[in-house]
Amino acid sequence: MRSGAALARRAPAALAIALLAFAVAWVGYKAFGKGFGETGNGPQFVIVALNGLSLAALYFITASGFTLVFGLMRVVNMAHGALYLLGGYLALDLIQHGMGWWPAALLAAAGCGALGLVMQQLLLRWNQGQDLRQALMTIAVAMVLADQMIVHFGGEPETITPPPALAGALSIGVYHLQYPWFRIFVMGAAVGVAALLYVVIRHTRFGMVIRAGVDDRAMTSALGVNVQLVFAGAFFVGAMLAGLGGVFGGTVLSLAPGEDDKFLLSSLVVVIIGGLGSLPGAAVGAFALGLVEQLSAVYLPQAYTNDAVLLTFALLVVTLAVRPAGFFGRRA
Amino acid sequence: VTARRLAPLAVVVALALVPLVFSTYFTGAVASRALYLGLAAAGLTFLAGYGGMVSLAQTALYGIAGFVMAKLIVSDGVDPLLAALIAIAVGVGFGVLFGAIASGSEGIYLLMLTLALGVITFYFFSQVTSFGGHEGINGVATPRFIGDPVRHPAAIYYVTLACSVGAYLLIRYVARTPFGLALQGVRDDPVRMRALGYSVRAHRTLGFAAGSVLAALAGVLGTWHETRISPGTIDVSATIQLLTIAVIGGLYRVEGAWIGALLYTLLDTYTRGLTGRFETWIGLILLAILIASPDGISGLAAQLQTRLRRRRGGGPAPLAEPAESLAQPGPVAR
Repeated sequence: MRSGAALARRAPAALAIALLAFAVAWVGYKAFGKGFGETGNGPQFVIVALNGLSLAALYFITASGFTLVFGLMRVVNMAHGALYLLGGYLALDLIQHGMGWWPAALLAAAGCGALGLVMQQLLLRWNQGQDLRQALMTIAVAMVLADQMIVHFGGEPETITPPPALAGALSIGVYHLQYPWFRIFVMGAAVGVAALLYVVIRHTRFGMVIRAGVDDRAMTSALGVNVQLVFAGAFFVGAMLAGLGGVFGGTVLSLAPGEDDKFLLSSLVVVIIGGLGSLPGAAVGAFALGLVEQLSAVYLPQAYTNDAVLLTFALLVVTLAVRPAGFFGRRA
Repeated sequence: VTARRLAPLAVVVALALVPLVFSTYFTGAVASRALYLGLAAAGLTFLAGYGGMVSLAQTALYGIAGFVMAKLIVSDGVDPLLAALIAIAVGVGFGVLFGAIASGSEGIYLLMLTLALGVITFYFFSQVTSFGGHEGINGVATPRFIGDPVRHPAAIYYVTLACSVGAYLLIRYVARTPFGLALQGVRDDPVRMRALGYSVRAHRTLGFAAGSVLAALAGVLGTWHETRISPGTIDVSATIQLLTIAVIGGLYRVEGAWIGALLYTLLDTYTRGLTGRFETWIGLILLAILIASPDGISGLAAQLQTRLRRRRGGGPAPLAEPAESLAQPGPVAR
């Protein structure tokens, strides 16, 4: 009887592994079933996989800000998607007014950070601990921002031109393929953001204060640390990362009403899969979501291509069945 | 005491007189719309008030029922009433599924998870061609006893009113059943309920199922009322609007759902042209209510009542029935 119960407990995990194995085998068959030569589907697979990785990088940059703010302050910032889109639009506007890509990107990200800071000081500072009320407030802010962005930037999809230095494509050395420099840059930027956050949080005094604040806010404050200043800083960085994600997203993909909801959803899914407040979790979640989205768009049987969003749903369900708090989550 | 007993009856009689007193336009565009939106919001206030679960997937369940019914009627020629029953069954099925997924979490975790489920449902209906894609499904027929809801809205008004009154009474009844009491126990202290031998997840899932009945019913009535449904009906902004309705009326008060829906519909109908950006204003109103009185209009009324009673030095403050309040710290901070 005991072994039966243990078996039942392991069933979700076994099922998840079986599903994963099947998915890998299916994609492998579709990609290399006709051999590894240049005439098969190998080249297509390489491009699709790279697209998945660059999308994952974009998701990670955006979601890392979301998870950072949650990890420290227990605030679910539902306006994160709106800040993402705003970052993109601000950069687009600055570039259209003659500014270069790099300063425009920095200014747009800083602008989003400043807006996030204002939001935190005005709306979230005086009601700490009322987490549901705070989440609902950020939802209201998201609605106002989304509507105002339609007023100021219109409803037509727009794209930011990449900086001249990154406009070309790189020969990647397999199958004589080329891949856009900018997308490679986004992947590098994601690694950079991850490394920077890791070093700051693990190896600096500021990071030490952040970690102490996560574990015991009252005690940290009692030890003479200005926790409010740290919170303000973290919210600024979180919102800035959303804005930076928007600048990259606006260059790689496009900017349009609805993209804010898309990136709010991706941030939610990424942190639910990875575990709220965990940076490695955000990386794992972003990988999973980016690859699943890109691969499913190409490798699902033709008749089911439109159902690709169901795989995101399945990813969520299976993860929660196996790990209810996400892969790196710990329940408070 | 008699006045208290008679008040609900008076409200129902007054509501029944609406199609006779007001214009056809008001009955259709304001009154019956407010009723079905209130029904949808009541699902949310039921879950929030008695289950402690602020679910943003109610709009998705509304949409699932609406789309299933519309497809059955328009492409398969199923009788509208039968299609509605099937649609509600499908909606409740998904309610159980969503509940099973979300029941492992609580507070803001549940809020995030249900929002993700809602957005995924929206993308599903906007991408899948068999449900009409972006266009949605138009020309949904209504049952014969409802007829044309645009030219003669009285019939659909009375049907929606009957469903609303029924739903309200049912919610009050369910809250007093052993299941309802256990659900409130799970809301207040899941750890203790688990220790007492109750299955927390099963109660939350069943709560979701009950909430999905209201959402699916509202989806059916709403789709009949509009004679169409499109993915735009269930997008994020629609989800936030439903949340706004519930928050205006008081997120933890069942009757607040219809009060909020009436105020919202009045604003939507008569000020949309004046204010220009309606959604900005709705967002600002939501924000203002969350700042000033997180328990909404009916919460404000209760506050005033308590204050008056205290000033008069009368009896003890009334026991606020759903004990939860947004102003209290969430489960994480506790």
